[in-house]
Amino acid sequence: MANHVETVREPLVHGNKNLKTVTNDVVGIMDKKPTGLWWIGFLIAASALTLGIVAVSYQIMTGIGTWGLNKTVGWAFDITNFVFWVGIGHAGTLISAILFLFRQKWRTSINRSAEAMTIFAVMCAGLFPIIHMGRPWMAYWMFPYPNARGPLWVNFRSPLAWDVFAIGTYLIISAVFWYIGMIPDLATVRDRAKTKIKKWIFGFLSFGWSGSFRTWHRYETVYGLLAGLAAPLVVSVHTIVSFDFATSAIPGWHTTTFPPYFVAGAVFSGFAMVLTLLIIARKAMRLEEYITVKHIENMTKVIILTGGIVTLSYATEFFMAWYSGNGYEQFVFLNRAMGPFAWAYWIMVGCNLLTPQFFWFKKIRTNMMMVFILSIFINIGMWFERFVIIVTSLHRDFLPSAWAMYTPSYVEIATLIGSFGLFFTLFMLFIRYLPIISIGEVKSVLQFKGRNGGGK
Amino acid sequence: MKKYFVVSFDNEYDLVNATKSFKDKGFTLLDAFTPYAVHGLGKVMGLKPSRLSKICFGFAFIGLVIGLYGQYWISAVNWPINIGGKPWNSMPGFMPIAFETTVLFAGLGTVFTLLWRTGVLPGRKPKIYAPDVTDDKFVLVLTEELGSFNSEKAEEISTTHHAIEWHEKLESK
Repeated sequence: MANHVETVREPLVHGNKNLKTVTNDVVGIMDKKPTGLWWIGFLIAASALTLGIVAVSYQIMTGIGTWGLNKTVGWAFDITNFVFWVGIGHAGTLISAILFLFRQKWRTSINRSAEAMTIFAVMCAGLFPIIHMGRPWMAYWMFPYPNARGPLWVNFRSPLAWDVFAIGTYLIISAVFWYIGMIPDLATVRDRAKTKIKKWIFGFLSFGWSGSFRTWHRYETVYGLLAGLAAPLVVSVHTIVSFDFATSAIPGWHTTTFPPYFVAGAVFSGFAMVLTLLIIARKAMRLEEYITVKHIENMTKVIILTGGIVTLSYATEFFMAWYSGNGYEQFVFLNRAMGPFAWAYWIMVGCNLLTPQFFWFKKIRTNMMMVFILSIFINIGMWFERFVIIVTSLHRDFLPSAWAMYTPSYVEIATLIGSFGLFFTLFMLFIRYLPIISIGEVKSVLQFKGRNGGGK
Repeated sequence: MKKYFVVSFDNEYDLVNATKSFKDKGFTLLDAFTPYAVHGLGKVMGLKPSRLSKICFGFAFIGLVIGLYGQYWISAVNWPINIGGKPWNSMPGFMPIAFETTVLFAGLGTVFTLLWRTGVLPGRKPKIYAPDVTDDKFVLVLTEELGSFNSEKAEEISTTHHAIEWHEKLESK
């Protein structure tokens, strides 16, 4: 290594932290009174959630005739929301599992909150198909269990049944991964707790974690294994969601590019949502020294990459429609760009193709306000992507006499707002009551030098 | 009657070096307690690589078999239903769910084995030898039958490695 040059890297965490200050900073958040910004965020989220609860109760009591669906457009707002929320979840697993496998140490300050976001997003996603059933109290019929109806089992050849297993497994594995990662930090909270009730709660939640290295040794193995399992799992989940469309014979849906297209889109939208949340969280919880500008920048770079893949997918779809020589396929794509839903199509193109290009500039990447605004544009664009794929492919089908338009009803819009309410309420409670930053993992990357320069 | 020698450090390098010295001088290490997974400590303590990866593979295999055979048995044996003229045994279509059950069994099985094997379970009380191990202290616990323990030697090693505190503890079995 003759040409080895010692480069001074920017530290992953700013503010010259040591082990004690990391504990104090992160656990301190849970002892302090929340900031005004937290209260504003929480109250807005809780109001949206209340609206959603009212809307969902109404549509369950009345039936899904309260939606704007018709005979031609049988899937619209609800499935759009479902795919949107599942996609949001993917960034969390990408940060916690895939970046772990690639030994990207900067993930340590953001992986806990990104994983929490995954779990909340998947919970929001799961609500929509259940509401869509019309009789959600029979949701357990989706599971194969011995029953008195034959036994009438579920149809394992249907991608909708695959969805149940994919989303269910994803939710369970993400939650377990998140919780296992949090046990050492819950023990830190327990050992610092002042009140008896807090001691008891965190004593229970931390499962008697003592910091034993014999436990740590096995724990590290399991953490790696879970990351290895979660990485292909996250790819499988959106692949299966894309099969809901790709295995049908509808022009615009019936394409083999859907799995990679959906997975890239999911990561793209998920990172935008992580940015939206973390820019709020670092401000509201005063975590600027932990979630640094460097973290935000790294994530915008992932957005440039995945945004590029999404752009390529849009182009490929158009090219294949033309190249296939299939009249129906060609019509669907022309109708997307120039038909009655052209406005939605161009919102999607504008938000998803143009927005990421701003991130090529360092001035914009390091300006938190700009990143926040651009991340919201990407969230909007990716919601419209799913809307365009679903509604424009359905509303003008093979028979012009069956053509129809689709307008969402107030109930559907209120349900969407409600799902945002649920998501943000859970996230706000999380950043207030649980260690939002992985204390143990941040400590391990501090490059802490001991007295006398340590042993090395 | 057992004797414990509990020594605390304030950084990972001193802990690792002290562990090496204690090990070389023939002391028996009970365990180390650290705020995070110290890199390389496992090797110094002489811990074998965990067998949990094999356990994980075993659970994955069980999940795969249950996923594949379960779907086959339900769709082709127990109650075959003609759906769109597809064969009873639609094996390619059974792959996605078989993959999901593989991951589910592997993940849950490994985690439950970890919790059961290490005794990290709900309702357990932690065994704390010295304070602040979940905060900023690195603690090493040596153990020996009473009488055979060389306290002077242990204290000497602790001093050379900048230990910040040590104490002895007796416990009857």
